[in-house]
Amino acid sequence: MLDLTIDTNLARKILTDFIHTEITRAGFSRAVLGLSGGLDSALACYLAAEALQPENVLAVRMPYATSSADSLAHAQLVIDALGVQTLTIPITDMVEPLFNRYPDMGNRRRGNVMARQRMIILFDQSEVFKGLVLGTSNKTEILLGYTTMHGDAACALNPLGDLYKTQLRQLAAAVGVPEPLLQKPPSADLWAGQTDEDELGFTYAAVDQLLYLLVDQRYTPQECVDSGFEVKFVHAVIERVRKNQFKRVMPPIAKLSGRTVGYDFLYLRDWGT
Amino acid sequence: MKLNVAMAQINTVLGNVEQNLEKHLDLIEQARRAGADLITFPELSLTGYALQDLTPTVACRPLPDDPVFNPLLVASQDIDIQVGFVEEDERNLFYIATAFLSGGAVRHIHHKVYLPTYGFFDEGRFFARGESVRAFDTRFGRVGMLICEDFWHASSPYMLWLDGADLFLFTSASPGRGITPTPHNTAPGRTESARWVNDIIRAYAGMFTTFVVHTNRAGFEDGIHFWGGSSAFSPDGEPLVNGVEHAEALVLAELDLSQLRRTRTRLPLLRDERTSLVQREITRIITRNADG
Repeated sequence: MLDLTIDTNLARKILTDFIHTEITRAGFSRAVLGLSGGLDSALACYLAAEALQPENVLAVRMPYATSSADSLAHAQLVIDALGVQTLTIPITDMVEPLFNRYPDMGNRRRGNVMARQRMIILFDQSEVFKGLVLGTSNKTEILLGYTTMHGDAACALNPLGDLYKTQLRQLAAAVGVPEPLLQKPPSADLWAGQTDEDELGFTYAAVDQLLYLLVDQRYTPQECVDSGFEVKFVHAVIERVRKNQFKRVMPPIAKLSGRTVGYDFLYLRDWGT
Repeated sequence: MKLNVAMAQINTVLGNVEQNLEKHLDLIEQARRAGADLITFPELSLTGYALQDLTPTVACRPLPDDPVFNPLLVASQDIDIQVGFVEEDERNLFYIATAFLSGGAVRHIHHKVYLPTYGFFDEGRFFARGESVRAFDTRFGRVGMLICEDFWHASSPYMLWLDGADLFLFTSASPGRGITPTPHNTAPGRTESARWVNDIIRAYAGMFTTFVVHTNRAGFEDGIHFWGGSSAFSPDGEPLVNGVEHAEALVLAELDLSQLRRTRTRLPLLRDERTSLVQREITRIITRNADG
């Protein structure tokens, strides 16, 4: 078994510094995030509360009619433990008109609409609260494209995007995320009974190890197979990573001029700060 | 003779030389008050690191009438200063540079000779490569300066050693990466990159029986963090100071320069170094490669 253990104290230090620095240098002191009741957003909330003080963090719960009751309760555990500011804004009334208009809408479309509706609420609250939206996507999801563009993937900054799910779980345990959140199976909770691992067709434990070899350690596909991974699994994951590259980059701009944003107009976001 | 060094492990404002200069002058004054003889600043300390298209807008020339260098040169009347900047030459090439200022004058400038252009590093796209590695004389003895990737090539400190440097001033904007503990990681709480840098500069101190002072950046640029952790090592390879990591600091170290004599009496690696042999073999290798 590969060891994906991380130095959780070090990760905590770097990520809280990152949140504090990148929010304050942009002229803000507060953060907004969607608190789903799952592990990733709970960890982001813990890190933000530590980096910015709890009163400067707004955790927004945005349940849909079929959302699991556990989700709300688990989010409440985090809110109670940290003392962050909170709002509960159900999205049912906002998304139902669209669902009703297209009665044949499948789970994927409905899930995307819900993720994007939550994004609209977060960015709206961002203006009210004068805080930046924290992203909660992890490295596994980003590489696999297991996110909704302009939905849960939308944010002003993302402290979790370089942690595989299994590493994120270690950090969540280290910062004190409540036990029920650490124990339950990961789920986007977009429909009843949904779990990430059922939908993906493999476990985070397995895919994280494979991604670690492919991405971090630069193994060739054959070297991954030689390391004990099934050849079909290796190729399916590689193909999934490739097909989802479009979710990880800005849309390409057709180059016409001598200097084009994205190609040869190059500045960090922190330009001048 | 004792040399008091103050390593100014700073964060910078990306592309704002004026604000960074102000910070330099404050820290120079703090170091002077603390009794330091020399203050060192990290790589690109006047400009910030990931400059990209900001490069030409922050470049300057280290001349007495330059608005950036003038106050630094004035300050160097009281305390020697090593500072990082972008130098533009007469033909508009841009270099990652570090200057040593003393007694109101520029004593030496080093241009970074190895520009990392791989992974997330992109220096070769924006900068010209330096063409020399040379030691120079100061009031504390002979000194050599290298910038970050320069000292990942063992030949750079080796040349400075042969050129007479008894004190290496290394500067970096070293990004922290790697939080997976390895069986060999004897330093929990430290990124893999921080551990590697400290391992190699400590090895240089011991192998070259030379003082090494390393000044590194702190702070973030977008998602990249610089780990600080400035340090100094004696000619025995012993740590003299380990600055705080992941924070700005003015790290002070006292270098007892008389240690050079004691170490080199015990361990005469410099006396026994066979430079002619090295030259012969390098000439042979280069000739062979050219023929091949």
